[in-house]
Amino acid sequence: MMSTYRIQGATGEWEVVIGLEVHAQVTSNAKLFSGSSTAFGAEPNTQVSLIDAAMPGMLPVPNRECIRQAVRTGMAIEAQINAWSRFDRKNYFYADLPQGYQISQLYHPLVGEGSLTIEADEKAGIGEDKVIGIERIHVEQDAGKLMHDQHPTMSYVDLNRCGVALMEIVSRPDMRSPAEAGAYLRKLRTILRYVGSCDGNMEEGSMRADVNVSVRKPGEEFGTRTETKNVNSVRFVMQAIEHEARRQVDLIEDGGTVVQETRLFDPNSGTTRSMRSKEDAHDYRYFPDPDLLPLELDEDFLAECRASLPELPDAKRRRYVEELGLSDYNARELTAEVETFARFETLLAATARGIGKGEKDVATQVANWSLSVAPGVMNALGDEANPAHATAEAQAAILAMQAGGEISGGQAKEIFEIVLRTGREPGEIAESEGLKQVSDTGAIEAAIDEILAKNADKVEEYRGGKDKLFGFFVGQTMKAMQGKANPAVVNQLLKAKLG
Amino acid sequence: MSVDQTTVAKIASLARIKMSEDELARMAPELSQILDWVEQLGEVDTSEVEPMTAVIPNSLRLRADEVDADPLTGGNRRDDVLANAPAAEHGFFGVPKVIE
Repeated sequence: MMSTYRIQGATGEWEVVIGLEVHAQVTSNAKLFSGSSTAFGAEPNTQVSLIDAAMPGMLPVPNRECIRQAVRTGMAIEAQINAWSRFDRKNYFYADLPQGYQISQLYHPLVGEGSLTIEADEKAGIGEDKVIGIERIHVEQDAGKLMHDQHPTMSYVDLNRCGVALMEIVSRPDMRSPAEAGAYLRKLRTILRYVGSCDGNMEEGSMRADVNVSVRKPGEEFGTRTETKNVNSVRFVMQAIEHEARRQVDLIEDGGTVVQETRLFDPNSGTTRSMRSKEDAHDYRYFPDPDLLPLELDEDFLAECRASLPELPDAKRRRYVEELGLSDYNARELTAEVETFARFETLLAATARGIGKGEKDVATQVANWSLSVAPGVMNALGDEANPAHATAEAQAAILAMQAGGEISGGQAKEIFEIVLRTGREPGEIAESEGLKQVSDTGAIEAAIDEILAKNADKVEEYRGGKDKLFGFFVGQTMKAMQGKANPAVVNQLLKAKLG
Repeated sequence: MSVDQTTVAKIASLARIKMSEDELARMAPELSQILDWVEQLGEVDTSEVEPMTAVIPNSLRLRADEVDADPLTGGNRRDDVLANAPAAEHGFFGVPKVIE
């Protein structure tokens, strides 16, 4: 099934065409061209070097780690890496950038053509997996921050962010619905977080998107696009697309024309409005930065970048399904966030080790525990739970007891509850709280014998063909054992005795 | 190549340099002459020549990802950074209010 997101207009159906430019802050200690810190939330202008303040005579020297992280990101989207790239000056005059130009890469970016795959999602109207092209990734400087509301006649400038490294990740206009754009952003964020090149924190502005939208009648040429700047959440990106596409359709159908312009998204109303009216605002007069030689990367540098890449989301998800035997759903949920799979893999290894089995043998049990059982118990306890007590060791011990038939699923939850409250050791809890299944055939057999003797008439009926009565005997036995008998053992013994 | 007065006015405005009509009139031929002079280089056939990026063979150095390792290129010097600002308040630069 194809994705068929359409906007209903007075003159028929319209298709929306979307491209995203994502600015992702590179994870590094120091800025792109200076030694000042990138830490978030410091006192204003305390993380500004003479280079960031553009004092005359200061020369930029690129931070190796920023280049490395951009290259690793490029490799993660299977992109062409340009061993020869160059920095250019993008000239504009504004108080957030004392240099008077942003050092960027227009003509020869560090990373060329790549792609990522968004997964089919019936509910979101994405019928099948879809490859979204990524045109390029280049490295550039971020600007400072202006505050307009602190003084009646002045704007205040904080240059702490000025010069921090950004990757600008430019997609092809390959998306056709708000849902596809949302899926692309989420997937990109996941990849960046796996690679460790950006923390993906949209609230703190570590990831922001410029949204390019145009509309056309299906099958026709691309329409004129608008660019909505600096949208900082997945939901807002989707809202901005929806609103902007509708606005363009209405405008065209009313006899107007879409103007190529920069627009601003207003999160309160979910609408966009025109931002720059000055026609020369885009006259950036790019030219190669004479302060910087071309950036040439050798084989060793590139080899290290490649070798240091972790297992990536798509590969991990495939491995979870093919090697661990997990369901598609579990595999997708477990691999969406770095913290989730890290916890899962630690717990999986500990559980397998604890009962001397292979990871595949316990993977589904550990996956269900991680995704639903453990979070369920934690949520139910609320403030009474101390998350610090939920160690991998404790949970692995519980899972091992359950896998070995010592405790039931219900008992596993009860034990985990006590662990979360008290931090006591699971084996000790099972022992002292009597939270154990009886697998001792002697005790169960004795109980069964008594029940069969007491219900001789029902035994006759069962043997006469009334199979349904088996459940009755199981129930009576469990009751006699106060619910602590191992159900598998009970079934087995009953079958033998009723024979 | 000749630069007319309108072009000079636009360049001046992009660079936020205020120029009077007199200055614009004087600047237009001056810029034209400079461009003409540089344009003489176009007479040389360079089709077989690799673009030169530096006078001496050299490659771009990269810095280690260390904070404030060298005071000359590190932060934590707010007083120095703000020293020449026409207006500095509460640790910020103060500039005439700019709001779109």
